[in-house]
Amino acid sequence: MSAPGSTSSSVSGYNHNSMPNGGAAPPRQNGPAQTYPPPGYYGAPPPPHSYPTVPGKAPITNSAHYYQNNHQQHHQQPLPMHHVAPSPYSAPPSSGPPSQPFATLPSPAPPPSNTQYNQRPLQQQQQQPPYTTPGSYYGQQPYHAPPAQPLQQQQQQQQQQPSLVPAAAPGTGAPLYPIVSYPSGPGSSQYGTLSSLQSPPTPGVLPTQMGAPLHQYNTLQPASTAPVQPGYGVGPPGQGPTVNGQGSTAPTTVHQHYDHSHQALQSYNSYGGTGGADTDQAPSRATSVHSSPGHHQGMQYGYVANSGASSASAITSGPAAAAAAAAAAAPPSSSSSEDEDEEEDDDDEEDEEAGGDTSSSTTGSASPVPNSYDSLEGGSYPDSLPPSNDMSSQAQSYGSYGYSSMQPAYPQGPPPHPDSSPTQDQYESGYQHYSKPFPNLSQLSAALGGLSGVPELEQEALTPINLMHERNLLPPRPLEAPEPNLNGDLKKVNCSPQTFRCTLTSIPQTQALLNKARLPLGLLLHPFRDLQLPVITSNTIVRCRSCRTYINPFVTFLDQRRWKCNLCYRVNDVPDEFMYNPVTRSYGEPHKRPEVQNATVEFIASSDYMLRPPQPSVYLFVLDVCHNAVEAGYLKYFCESLLENLDKLPGDTRTRVGFLTFDSTIHFYNLQEGLSQPQMLVVSDIDDVFIPSHDSLMVNLKESRELVQDLLTSLPAMFSQTKETHSALGPALQAAFKLMSPTGGRITIFQTQLPTLGAGLLQSREDPNQRSSTKGVQHLGPATDFYKKLALDCSGQQIGVDLFLLSSQYADLASLACISKYSAGSIFYYPSFHYIQNPAQLEKFQKDLERYLTRKIGFEAVMRIRCTKGLSIHTFHGNFFVRSTDLLSLANVNPDSAFAVQMSIDDSLADSSLACFQAALLYTSNKGKRRIRVHTLCLPVVNQLSDVYAGADVQAITCLLANMAIDRSISSSLSDARDALVNAVVDMVTSYKSNVSNMHQSGIVVPSSMCLFPLYILALLKQKALRTGTSTRLDERVFAMCEFKTQPLEQMMQMVHPDLYRLDNMSDQGALHLNDTVVPQPHLLHLAAERLTKDGAFLMDCGNVFYLWIGKCCNEVFIRDVLGCSNYASIPPNMSHIPELETTLSERVRAFLDWLQDNRAFSSTLHVLKDDAAGKASILQHLVEDKSESASSYVEFLEQVQLQISK
Amino acid sequence: MEAAVFILSLVDCCALIFLSVYFIITLSDLECDYINARACCSKLNRWVIPEMVSQCLTTMLMLVSMHWFIFLLNLPVAAWNIYRHVKVPLGNMGVFDPTEIHNRGQLKSHMKEAMIKLGYHLLCFFIYLYSMILALIND
Repeated sequence: MSAPGSTSSSVSGYNHNSMPNGGAAPPRQNGPAQTYPPPGYYGAPPPPHSYPTVPGKAPITNSAHYYQNNHQQHHQQPLPMHHVAPSPYSAPPSSGPPSQPFATLPSPAPPPSNTQYNQRPLQQQQQQPPYTTPGSYYGQQPYHAPPAQPLQQQQQQQQQQPSLVPAAAPGTGAPLYPIVSYPSGPGSSQYGTLSSLQSPPTPGVLPTQMGAPLHQYNTLQPASTAPVQPGYGVGPPGQGPTVNGQGSTAPTTVHQHYDHSHQALQSYNSYGGTGGADTDQAPSRATSVHSSPGHHQGMQYGYVANSGASSASAITSGPAAAAAAAAAAAPPSSSSSEDEDEEEDDDDEEDEEAGGDTSSSTTGSASPVPNSYDSLEGGSYPDSLPPSNDMSSQAQSYGSYGYSSMQPAYPQGPPPHPDSSPTQDQYESGYQHYSKPFPNLSQLSAALGGLSGVPELEQEALTPINLMHERNLLPPRPLEAPEPNLNGDLKKVNCSPQTFRCTLTSIPQTQALLNKARLPLGLLLHPFRDLQLPVITSNTIVRCRSCRTYINPFVTFLDQRRWKCNLCYRVNDVPDEFMYNPVTRSYGEPHKRPEVQNATVEFIASSDYMLRPPQPSVYLFVLDVCHNAVEAGYLKYFCESLLENLDKLPGDTRTRVGFLTFDSTIHFYNLQEGLSQPQMLVVSDIDDVFIPSHDSLMVNLKESRELVQDLLTSLPAMFSQTKETHSALGPALQAAFKLMSPTGGRITIFQTQLPTLGAGLLQSREDPNQRSSTKGVQHLGPATDFYKKLALDCSGQQIGVDLFLLSSQYADLASLACISKYSAGSIFYYPSFHYIQNPAQLEKFQKDLERYLTRKIGFEAVMRIRCTKGLSIHTFHGNFFVRSTDLLSLANVNPDSAFAVQMSIDDSLADSSLACFQAALLYTSNKGKRRIRVHTLCLPVVNQLSDVYAGADVQAITCLLANMAIDRSISSSLSDARDALVNAVVDMVTSYKSNVSNMHQSGIVVPSSMCLFPLYILALLKQKALRTGTSTRLDERVFAMCEFKTQPLEQMMQMVHPDLYRLDNMSDQGALHLNDTVVPQPHLLHLAAERLTKDGAFLMDCGNVFYLWIGKCCNEVFIRDVLGCSNYASIPPNMSHIPELETTLSERVRAFLDWLQDNRAFSSTLHVLKDDAAGKASILQHLVEDKSESASSYVEFLEQVQLQISK
Repeated sequence: MEAAVFILSLVDCCALIFLSVYFIITLSDLECDYINARACCSKLNRWVIPEMVSQCLTTMLMLVSMHWFIFLLNLPVAAWNIYRHVKVPLGNMGVFDPTEIHNRGQLKSHMKEAMIKLGYHLLCFFIYLYSMILALIND
């Protein structure tokens, strides 16, 4: 297989593939055909009322109505799909790897110092010592190394292709198999050394890699016998992926696959159908996939040592392999003969179809393996067995070792497969000596687990605090996530708390213990956040055969050939490929692979993980242009922003965009390349919406760029005269859905009022007089299931819908939000948006929009969260559709949304000292690559209630409770939810008092880890989402609820309990020094009005907005140096930025603000408030410790709690 | 007459038993991931009203034919079915909602409910059978 061959085949594969799209044309044509109103209607000159917008459309001269045009267009352009993306699929081999790795960091211009990358500079600063040691957590750390600094780029490329790095392997020789993982130690240097070595890429080799990716390697591999190293060494050095030999085969299989994949595509449409089709498939798949592992095992174990593998592989790959008996070593995936190739394609197809059908189900149910999610996110079994020749060489090297000590370890875990027991015998009898290196598993895990923990830390967290006496509880700096009580190595390698956080960092052993603690158990995830992480291209993604867990740092390597899954405790084989460490170029150190060194990794997935060719980036903007919208004036700013960011829209050459506007009719825009001007097509039949033209509405951004720009410049003026007040949002959405369903992608809706026409119309449900009632709040749930159904349809077609609501009136967000909630979109709300009257909202809108348009995006994603056996997830929070018990379907995934899940403990966790959680997010990157991002979190299991309290994470608990309270307020009532929150505090305190604390003093005694709990709960009760008694508009309340459900923890805590700092007397003590700037670190203040002294200047950081509050008698120096005003009186009323003055104080303040800003995705707005009525109103509502008109103060709240406890 | 009443309710009861079994099978399919939530819920929602109607039918039949004991036995179940149907929130897609079914252990509670109903209908079946035979003998 030569490179050209492969590319050409891929191209043709694509064309083939596009046929289904083209083929879909007939059905689509049917659509309009049916829906055309009677011919008379069309033939006759259109009745004026149906074209209300025509006069206003001056700029678009060719605004021919749809009715006439439509037919022509259909017939003239039968096969447009081919134009759209001529070579997208051939692209990956050539263009892919180098550019790709940086997709993970879309954030603008990376600052020179790497520290900036870290989401939490402070944290990093403090933790630097442990990290700077080689242990590369996210692969960022090594950049500190001086040589690495300038070479970041290369390094990152490196990360993606870790394999070929000619780095010196530290400690390669010593085979230290027994240990679970080497979180940092030697591997640490991997990236650091990497880069330095890599930077001068061997010039001669690189071109070859690019041109003919990996092919030679592939063929080489089977051939290269015993000397493994040379084999790998031969692979083109720059091209990491080669190691696996993936490169060459993967593309071909993919393309060929596409040829066959029509059915797969179709069945995919509805989450993959049900019943019929797959019953046929499943059994065959079951045999091809599931039973084969059995073979492997039997064979492998049956034979002496490892040489069995080769024959096993022959068996698996079936008749074809038998034909290729001579090359028996060839792994099935690296097809050495045509037949084999084809056969494999068939297999793949079956796999995928079955996968597509259910993505998680095998209707056949015949599969012998208990858990058979091997489709979609599961992929198929890594059936490529290693070449036998390598194995034999291996065998020799192992020959001298014995595995006798394995025996005691085994009984610990439940024997996963019946046939594994004979194996043990084998091993036992075969290898008696050499027992030391593999300690008994229980010892091992005990050593690893938290049992041996850090007592001081625990003690500190457990110090009882009487809240009635202690008033100054706030730490000087914002609270950080508690560290799980693990031993050093595991702690170092564990997943970052910003990505993955558990409410209890020590997992109770039983449900009984959990119930006793009265704390919720759950996870908070932020899986797609912007970060840098090692990207691994590997032929076989090593996963547990029974639970499909990805290999991670917390697995146990029983010996060099086997690893034990940390979630289901099954013992798996280490594939031969995995034995080779591409980073150190050494063989036989599976525990030093990047997968085992990092808790967060990203894999480039092979075609096993695709149901269809990766989709291009497709964006459709649905814009409200009724009178109300024109009044609000958002259109101009939207168009400006989009024009500015057109180049920054995530995507590649295949990126497509489309526009659709609506008032009482729906307007499509023909942007087909070659037109002189955009063409507007009006569809006024909103009861039965149809798409006027199939090929020219969603256009390739590259090709039709000028038309898009034309449209965006003329759009704001086009509707400036409109008098139409009705809004047909429902039909517009239906149209958008039809337009997008062939590809999937992202729909962005801008809506400014209640939808009043067509399907999905809504009535105003809010009674303004009830806004401040303390009784129940009505109408928190949706009024109709139209939006929910549509969202589920969208989700099924991989369409995410994002909603921008810019309404000054009630717009029933509770109903509208459903469209985004269940299609994994995001919701933005700008109450009383007006471009002149409300500059603050306008600024926020512009900033949000910029971030929104340019942020990273993942398409057709699914996420699965797995946990250690015994734990189960029972409730999910966030925007997505739960497709099956643990599979979240995310049509789009964006880096700003977070998820939460609640868990229960089904079985006792007594037999393990560690509990692990793994979230795997499979998505299509905007460059058309399938990627899997895997996060693994490891926590100790404890059996003492005091330990549970010591490990409680108060912020995570608060967030999870907020999510639960919101569910409760929708399903039951708001007052119920509020009571439940108060009860959570009461229960926790009662339980702690009766079970742990032995102090018999009165008052509220809590462990110090939870000392902020009552305060946070009080703050929650005062949030817009959950407050009563204060006038709150229904939409704002509902929006606050939506935010709670999707915001990452840090942002949410900032909203719930803002940070207050005093700025006028900042000192440089304890300041951070980043680059050349000094970032002062003022202390946190309690959120009480008494702290806001008249002579100070205070900064309140509420997450998405900063308030700079200037006291009446504020230091004149501060006002002059920072604000540039002569005195207090001359501060303008609506000041919203800080001038760049040359004074030290100003620099400090700006550095501090910038530093706070750096950590967040959406840029916050700043408001300078004076000590007057208006200023007070905005800041007082955030002072949660104070009494407000309807809610109690902190002290009162504690008294209330105490009263309930003593009851 | 009496026999006719019981024959009718026997047939009705059989139908309900089948329906319960169907509910259980479909729900366990969902539990095992053989079908997706959307398909499962639309399948089940279709049968919620038939179930309610046939349950009410038996109840009314017993009321009309003045079999008080059996009427009282049927009443709570009929009432529950109606209550369940009426209480569906506006925005939900029926008693079984695909977006909710995996949350808060709803799947389990639906399953439990279907099981209990199955047992109950089996009990009713034998009561009707007995009553029918009795009625036939008396005739």
